[in-house]
Amino acid sequence: MTIKELHSKLKTKQISSSELTKEALEKIEKGNSKVAAFLSITPEVALEQAKHADALIASEKEVCWLTGIPFGLKDVIVTEGITTTAASKILEDFTPPYSATVYENLKSVKGVLVGKLNCDEFAMGASTENSAYVKTKNPWDLERVPGGSSGGSAAAVSAGLVPYALGTDTGGSIRQPSSFCSVVGLKPTYGRVSRYGLIPLGNSLDQAGPITNSVEDSAVVLNIIAGFDPKDSTSVKKDLPDYSKNLSKGIKELKFGIPKEYLAEGVDPKVKEVFLRASKKIEDLGGKIVETSLPRSEQAIPVYYIIMSSEVSTNLARYDGIRFGKSRDFFGPETKRRIMLGTYALSSGYYDAYYLKAAKVRQLIFEDFQNAFEKVDFIIGPTSPILPFKFGERVDNPLQMYLADLFTVPQNLAGVPAISVPGGFSEGLPVGLQITANHFEEEKLLQAAYAFEQATDFHKQKPEGF
Amino acid sequence: MNNYDIVIGLEIHVQLKTESKMFCSSSANYFGEKPNSRVCPTCLALPGALPVTNRQAMENAIKVGLALNCKINNFNRFDRKSYFYPDLPKGFQISQFDLPVAKDGFVMVGERKIRINRAHQEEDTGKLIHQEIVGDKVSLIDFNRSGVPLIEIVSEPDITSAEEAKNYAKKIHQLMRYIGVADVDMEKAGMRFDANVSIKPKGEKELGTKVEIKNINSFTFLEKAVNFEVARQLRAIDSGEKIIQETRGWIESKGETVSQRTKETSPDYRYFPDPDLPPLNFDSEEIETIAKTLPELPDAKTSRFEQDYHLNPYEISVLVEDQNVANWFEETLNIYSKTQGISKTEKAKIVSNWVQGEVMRVLKELGISIWELKVEPASFTELLLMIDKNRVSKQAAKQVFSEMVRTGEMPEKIIKDLKLEQVSDVLELGTTIEEVLADNQKAVSDYKAGKDSSFDFLFGQVMRRAKGANPTALREVLKEKLK
Ligand SMILES: [Zn+2]
Repeated sequence: MTIKELHSKLKTKQISSSELTKEALEKIEKGNSKVAAFLSITPEVALEQAKHADALIASEKEVCWLTGIPFGLKDVIVTEGITTTAASKILEDFTPPYSATVYENLKSVKGVLVGKLNCDEFAMGASTENSAYVKTKNPWDLERVPGGSSGGSAAAVSAGLVPYALGTDTGGSIRQPSSFCSVVGLKPTYGRVSRYGLIPLGNSLDQAGPITNSVEDSAVVLNIIAGFDPKDSTSVKKDLPDYSKNLSKGIKELKFGIPKEYLAEGVDPKVKEVFLRASKKIEDLGGKIVETSLPRSEQAIPVYYIIMSSEVSTNLARYDGIRFGKSRDFFGPETKRRIMLGTYALSSGYYDAYYLKAAKVRQLIFEDFQNAFEKVDFIIGPTSPILPFKFGERVDNPLQMYLADLFTVPQNLAGVPAISVPGGFSEGLPVGLQITANHFEEEKLLQAAYAFEQATDFHKQKPEGF
Repeated sequence: MNNYDIVIGLEIHVQLKTESKMFCSSSANYFGEKPNSRVCPTCLALPGALPVTNRQAMENAIKVGLALNCKINNFNRFDRKSYFYPDLPKGFQISQFDLPVAKDGFVMVGERKIRINRAHQEEDTGKLIHQEIVGDKVSLIDFNRSGVPLIEIVSEPDITSAEEAKNYAKKIHQLMRYIGVADVDMEKAGMRFDANVSIKPKGEKELGTKVEIKNINSFTFLEKAVNFEVARQLRAIDSGEKIIQETRGWIESKGETVSQRTKETSPDYRYFPDPDLPPLNFDSEEIETIAKTLPELPDAKTSRFEQDYHLNPYEISVLVEDQNVANWFEETLNIYSKTQGISKTEKAKIVSNWVQGEVMRVLKELGISIWELKVEPASFTELLLMIDKNRVSKQAAKQVFSEMVRTGEMPEKIIKDLKLEQVSDVLELGTTIEEVLADNQKAVSDYKAGKDSSFDFLFGQVMRRAKGANPTALREVLKEKLK
């Protein structure tokens, strides 16, 4: 059910938040045994928070849409008093003494945290297979990965275990699993949502965002988590519109650019086919499809891996075995690989050739988007070049895994917002449509996504057995 | 030794005085506090916590740059400096690499100009405490100091002797106190030195291999360590050894430097821009505003004192050393000269003598700073005026001053209480003199006949009867009466 539907039930007293929470906890207990989306379930916290929500609902005429609604958080989002592992063994025993701003925001409107969701270790991966704990399964096909790194968040929403969840996105980690699980995943503009309390992957790339069942829900959650945070120097002081207010504005006469690089080799023809149908739909709705270009797309992956790994190598230096109790042997292989890569890229004698050059090319990629947005309102493409794949299929070939981020990485490098909405299916497997807008154009972005969603019924289709 | 040039460069770390730490809101006043009581997720480097730059610290850093005659960068960037040490919780220190807050400055040390390469802002580390707990040798970490703002001032290798190194360090210390950005309390490690020392054949252009002596925490140790190091290097060269580039530490108990690590084992810091901290901009107007808050600095004060007060260089250096002393001196002088309508230049010497003498003596004796002195310039001026009016002798005035220091009372009350006032009332003296003259008529006639020594006799007689009389006043009245 969507947040909107649950909200109206709470508001009309058809159900209390406590009842809703109990239901959710039962559903999680059953469903999680199939998809393994959760790393920890927090019934005590949830029931306590639900009680507060019920009290608020009883005393106030108007409450926020999120009041009393259960949600889950990707386990890189720090929660006071609740173990936060980043899906890493190295943080197995870490109970934070403070909370991330996004969690504080949701607490302030009396949301109900039901648990922490699985992901790749320190958010490094595109399949959630790098989690040190469990393999989360794709609800659409339990033999396939849910995508990553926010695979637990996307699977939990897709399987109906929670109405919404927060993920984080460094190179596609919200959008790609949302695409794989046929849910709505939004990566806001860099600086729109506070990063305080997100265990970082790449600090210059990370953004937290909602994973939901509908575009409207995405807007509603963004309303609560977005905004300037004095604790995050990279968050931006900028007016915050009500994102849910003008969703049905339509897309007539708006220009949707398809970068010619996006449909080149490397894209699964099945994905391409679904995408072209989706773009036809946009045309039917009055949108104008035009060709555009992001000429440095090809460089995005190497640039991303150098910059992100450089940041990683320093971020993870604090896990030195002294304060968090576990030695660096507890890092998983992908984590070790990126620490090595980043350390190398920053080392004296290599810095200019790697980090510095990557930073320069990143600027060019940023300019690519600026140039493109001079002529189009949106850039569209498939969220992922490939369909959800089977477990183990790409683990042994990191480079293959890295290419899964092909269409999602450039947005993080440029800092622009992008959303993945259910775009159709191929042989029963979901394909996401990615829409990208210019900086701080989330409102416009959500309007476009909403128009597409309302004209299709992909978001209404649910995986069987949940 | 005469065949070699000594080349020294200093890196000085100064803890800046701010309310909160460099990148978080934890209190920066950690001294003497319970371990790990001044911490938060950011300065503990907990996963997910983020730094936010303390603008006050940056303004202080700009003041430091300005006081060092540096160019100030409008654009400030912070970099991650990676190295491992248990007292560094993030595994990297936030510092400034290629865009420091200030660069290309200088300070004068005596007649010599020592160039400043740069001054950059960074954060302090936590503190390791090694102790024994129930028989176990343990190391404890206190993160109260973690994240306290530090500024590092890097000189060019312009220093040529251990003594000059010490004087340069003292000059920096003085400047920091003048601009009020740091307590620079040596006991609380408010200032630490790293010295780069090398020697080269006299006149040789190319610098010799440098050795860095790290973490020196007093002026005396700095001088000793550099002297030791120079001697060690000279000895090594004399015996045909090669100087190796290394880091050494000063061991005070042994009076020598010992090798800590060589270049091969020194870390690659892997500097790169900290992605959590967007560059900070200070436009020229803001820098101008900050510049206006700077007080008159020692060099400017020195030349003004020379011009205005005609004091000798030594006297001036004593007055200017501490700007509070200089202010106290000038305030006294202002009130003093205004009350008397006399130019400051004329009275400067008197006030200066008092400051250099009694005032400094008392400060030293009590181990206090001048702002802790109970004597205000206004009340002190009253004492000076009493001396001028012969109400109190110079000798007695010292006693009055000590009383003022002790009690904080005004001099007027003290001379009454202690009966230190000189009798100079002409009427009262007149009566006494007339009595003496009547009793010693022979001496009077002898004096009038031209016998000068009779005057001294009569003077002595009067002095004996008029206890506490002001001799100058008495001499005048007596002369008058004898006319
Ligand atoms: Zn702190």
